[in-house]
Amino acid sequence: MEGVEAGSVARVRLTLPHHLRNLAGVAGELVLEVERSGEGEVSLVAVLDALEAHFPVLRGTIRDQTSGTRRPFVRFFACQRDLSHEPMTAPLPREVVDGSEVLIVLGAMAGG
Amino acid sequence: MKKGVRVLVGTKKGAFVLRSDEGRAKWEVSGPFFGGWEIYHAKGSPADPDRIYASQSTGWFGQLIQRSDDGGRSFSPVGNEFPYDGVAGTHQWYDGTPHPWEFARVWHLEPAQSDPNTVYAGVEDAALFKSTDGGTSWQELSGLRLHGSGPFWQPGAGGLCLHTILLHPTKPDRITVAISSAGSFRTDDGGRSWRPINRGLRSEQIPDPTAEVGHCVHHIAMHPKHPDVLFMQKHWDVMRSDDGGDSWREISGNLPSDFGFVIDVHAHEPETLYVVPIKSDSEHFPPDGRLRVYRSRSGGNDWEPLTKGLPQEHCYVNVMRDAMAVDRLDECGVYFGTTGGQVYVSRNGGDSWTAIVQSLPAVLSVEVQTLD
Repeated sequence: MEGVEAGSVARVRLTLPHHLRNLAGVAGELVLEVERSGEGEVSLVAVLDALEAHFPVLRGTIRDQTSGTRRPFVRFFACQRDLSHEPMTAPLPREVVDGSEVLIVLGAMAGG
Repeated sequence: MKKGVRVLVGTKKGAFVLRSDEGRAKWEVSGPFFGGWEIYHAKGSPADPDRIYASQSTGWFGQLIQRSDDGGRSFSPVGNEFPYDGVAGTHQWYDGTPHPWEFARVWHLEPAQSDPNTVYAGVEDAALFKSTDGGTSWQELSGLRLHGSGPFWQPGAGGLCLHTILLHPTKPDRITVAISSAGSFRTDDGGRSWRPINRGLRSEQIPDPTAEVGHCVHHIAMHPKHPDVLFMQKHWDVMRSDDGGDSWREISGNLPSDFGFVIDVHAHEPETLYVVPIKSDSEHFPPDGRLRVYRSRSGGNDWEPLTKGLPQEHCYVNVMRDAMAVDRLDECGVYFGTTGGQVYVSRNGGDSWTAIVQSLPAVLSVEVQTLD
């Protein structure tokens, strides 16, 4: 990413679904400090690593602890796009990395 | 500690704790804990009644294990990683094709007799895990899954679940488990080696009705003073073993339906049993819309309906496999929960029943702690 200092920390805004906010004991939006890659980018994996480092109780709730894959009924939205099927190592949109857009983690509408 | 009982209720939408003194007439209800989550099971440690383990899961966010160190007043999450040992391999899928072993949830938690930090977990896809650090970390006792018949296990409608764990009270290396729909299995060396113990079971729904594995065992009960006598509610048939599961014989007798899920034993009368007959394996509600617990005082075959205080018309609830328990007070209390959200108690061994609560979410499990 042009103009971004490699190795610096991004402040990523994140929202969690109700049950995960309760587990983590947080309300509203989170701001996570996430290490950028050498190219100045931030991936979903890096965000989730930072999230789980802050809130170990969330390990296994968003992605499988063994395989690292997204749980089927969890989705990732940002910039009015569904990022759920993007590779988790892919760079997140610039707007998420610079904090102008929120990365939304949500539970799919399903079940009763 | 105040003498009385503490009833741990797991439901489709959270856990509830029901407390009473010895009279079991007035109840304090607390909860929901973990509102919105499925609590497949919660059970207290025999070694420390303040220590309670609970299995919390949803299809959305997976599995957590919660632990209470204050008798269910508060809970904290502990370890929730259940890694299969080595290469997970495959079991049979519903259509008979190989299907990778995948962890889904914890069905049953069985705290050890003498150490509150030791607890066993029965999981889906079927495997047995053990923790010796209060639930912080879990190790699979993989001798069960890998003993040889695992690739032939097939899930029941509820999944390939290990739902029953019986710890022998005097032989610490003996553990008996049951899996739907593989059958029952036993180790006599602390979990290193296992063998199927299904001789005498007959299941017409599988190609070989007397096969060594493939039986849909729903639940097994044991009286702690007669641990070699086991009572089984199978998909169809109520069964009994007098040799620790080496052989089984049918004791369904005069039951109106020998299909059901729960089975339990009176705390002070090892030959007094309780089941809740359910109509067929497809409708899953009580015969004739009448909720009846059946009691045998002769170790099976002769059964009497217990109806006083239970709905005898228009009742179409089910009673799930872990949703019956007994207390150890002088007059044995019997408890069960329904998918309609009622939890019933009998203070007199089943002669009459009272609803402690009427409208909880569907009840998945009921356990009782007798507080001395």
